[in-house]
Amino acid sequence: MTGILRPAASTVLLFTALLGLAAPAAMTGIAGVVFPDQAGGSLIEREGKVIGSALIGQAFTQPRYFQPRPSAAGNGYDASASAASQQGPTSAKLADAVRERVAAAGPQPVPADAVTASGSGLDPHISPENAARQVPRIAAARGIPEARVRTLLQQHTEGRELGLLGEPRVNVLLLNLALDTPR
Amino acid sequence: MTLIGWAQIALVLAAVIAAAIPLGRYTAAVAEGRVRWLRPVEALFYRAGGIDPTAEQSWRAYAVAMVAVNAAGFLLLYAILRLQNILPLNPRGLDGLSPWLAFNTAVSFVANTNWQAYSGEVAMSYVSQMAGLAVQNFLSASTGIALALAVSRAFARGGLGSLGNFWADFTRVTLYVLLPLAVVMGLAFVALGIPQTFADYVTATTLEGGEQLIPLGPAAFQVAIKHLGTNGGGFFGVNSLHPFEGPGALVTALQIWGQQVIPFALCITFGRMVGDARQGRTLLLVMLGFVVVATAAIYAAEAAGNPIMAALGVDPAQGNMEGKDIRFGLALAALFTATTTGASCGAVNAMFSSFTPLGGMVPLFLMQLGEVLPGGVGSGLYGILVFALLAVFIAGLMVGRTPEYLGKKVQAREIKLAMLAVLVLPATILGFTAVSMVLPMATASLAHAGPHGLSEMLYAYTSAAGNNGSAFGGLTADTPWLNTTLGIAMLLGRFAYVVPVMAIAGSLAGKVKTPEGSGTLPTHGPLFAGLLAGIILILGGLQFLPSLALGPLAEHFVMLAGKTF
Repeated sequence: MTGILRPAASTVLLFTALLGLAAPAAMTGIAGVVFPDQAGGSLIEREGKVIGSALIGQAFTQPRYFQPRPSAAGNGYDASASAASQQGPTSAKLADAVRERVAAAGPQPVPADAVTASGSGLDPHISPENAARQVPRIAAARGIPEARVRTLLQQHTEGRELGLLGEPRVNVLLLNLALDTPR
Repeated sequence: MTLIGWAQIALVLAAVIAAAIPLGRYTAAVAEGRVRWLRPVEALFYRAGGIDPTAEQSWRAYAVAMVAVNAAGFLLLYAILRLQNILPLNPRGLDGLSPWLAFNTAVSFVANTNWQAYSGEVAMSYVSQMAGLAVQNFLSASTGIALALAVSRAFARGGLGSLGNFWADFTRVTLYVLLPLAVVMGLAFVALGIPQTFADYVTATTLEGGEQLIPLGPAAFQVAIKHLGTNGGGFFGVNSLHPFEGPGALVTALQIWGQQVIPFALCITFGRMVGDARQGRTLLLVMLGFVVVATAAIYAAEAAGNPIMAALGVDPAQGNMEGKDIRFGLALAALFTATTTGASCGAVNAMFSSFTPLGGMVPLFLMQLGEVLPGGVGSGLYGILVFALLAVFIAGLMVGRTPEYLGKKVQAREIKLAMLAVLVLPATILGFTAVSMVLPMATASLAHAGPHGLSEMLYAYTSAAGNNGSAFGGLTADTPWLNTTLGIAMLLGRFAYVVPVMAIAGSLAGKVKTPEGSGTLPTHGPLFAGLLAGIILILGGLQFLPSLALGPLAEHFVMLAGKTF
């Protein structure tokens, strides 16, 4: 029996030192030097204060901002509590929630992403169709021409990655930040 | 479904196969001890453990060594999880885990399941993640690959009776295959946005003046091995859906590649080790065929969407978007889902609980087929070899000849052991689900009424026994009953399956190779591929059909009728 204990214990301990401590420490060191921005969470600072991460969605409720997708993370976009609704396709709770959101969303049919909760609860993006529907409201709330909002939207519409992967999308935080930035 | 969606799927699968072929050959060289570029490190492991890497082991000695290293890993991980409050690198000051949750989690990671009854950023310190969970991600993967190499040797060798040396296989696979791949992939992930830092969480002041606590951590390296090792346990709660764990479509494509490449490569390794590349290619093509069909089924179901939503005024153009993020698109979500459940990975980039009933049934069924399409690293290969033995046996019965596979006579002992292994999954899954559906303390965990509730429970035990780890996430899994029984299901699915498989390997290893005759059934080519696919569907799938009829199929017709619960 002792013949098996020594190799088992020493193998697990050595691999813990190598794979669990040395490798991630080296990795963190290299990442911090070569890709400091990404390694640290792609944080965005304005006037020296962190206002969010370019990758993580934020809650927006004021009419002057583009609104993100419904979120089930905490009370909405709680980045420390990522979560989906987990509601199934025949859930009455889901149908009620969607009915309420559709009623508030203007003319039908409504783009699906505007009235369904994202999987992460932190989806930073909305679809270009969803964004386009919000342009008149934002222009009115800010008292600026729709054409100006539309131009900004166009500049912030990202295509597929490598021209092929994923879907076209709009990063809500970056777009709203651009709206707030004086020309 | 769109053409560009299918182009995405085709590109990723082509990249998987293109890489699997050279990687499979390289792994065969590693198995033979011909790869030596980390020789000093490798020698250190042998010296410290008093190991003679050239000593041949019987199947029993090999299996005992495997169980011993996993038991040691379990104890260390359990201790780290319970004691994380007094260990360093705990910037949030998190408490140690409860005994139930620590047991469930430690079993889960040692058994290559990565079922998670916790949310990473809420419950786990950095040291628990990187020195506890991530290490077992590596070691459970190495365990699976080592076992697959041992089983391959049983077919490759004639009459020797031994299967190689577990310590040598285990150490070499970790150092020469998993570690280099994980380092390269980890760095790519950082470049594409996955954090890798020891810094504490950051509080941001949002544009509207609110506060947002942003979690961080040494995630990129752990996420890399989580896919390469088909472990699947997320660093963050919502796994590869979290914007820090799956920042974009390219990352998700790389993750799909990562969770497929080693299982497919091991088919090539097998062909190389038994000296007939066609044998490995046939297994690979059967696996690939199932992946493509399953992806198409999920993609079609999700793109068609939910008619209940359409009736409420939702535009059906985007398909079913509940539980999905925008950046991946439906095509890569479908491919990710088919590969993560076919490959026993369990990472997710969309929430299965919110899939349409048929879209959610496909991942469930893929797991029930025995996690061999292409299966977990190693476990997929030895799993499909069990089906291959059964396929030649049934073919032999049909034509009245003694069945052979690769020159090894397949006899009563092997078939009894193979059936024993194949029965572990249905017995565990259906047994535990049946008991839980009548136990109030178990049904209290369900989030849904109606057929979706049954699907939730069935999915949980299927995922645990299949060592997958994905979930219908509505289920409240952190209870003493579910933590314990799911833990037992994971242990049975891993170890009660492996022991008969190793016994088969031991029995075959002792047999001499008989030369191929005119009456030998060729075990490569389309005829055998079709036979094997049929056996997987019938033996692996048939016993689950009644439960699928009561869960997802029933829900599908309920949905078409517009009824909600």
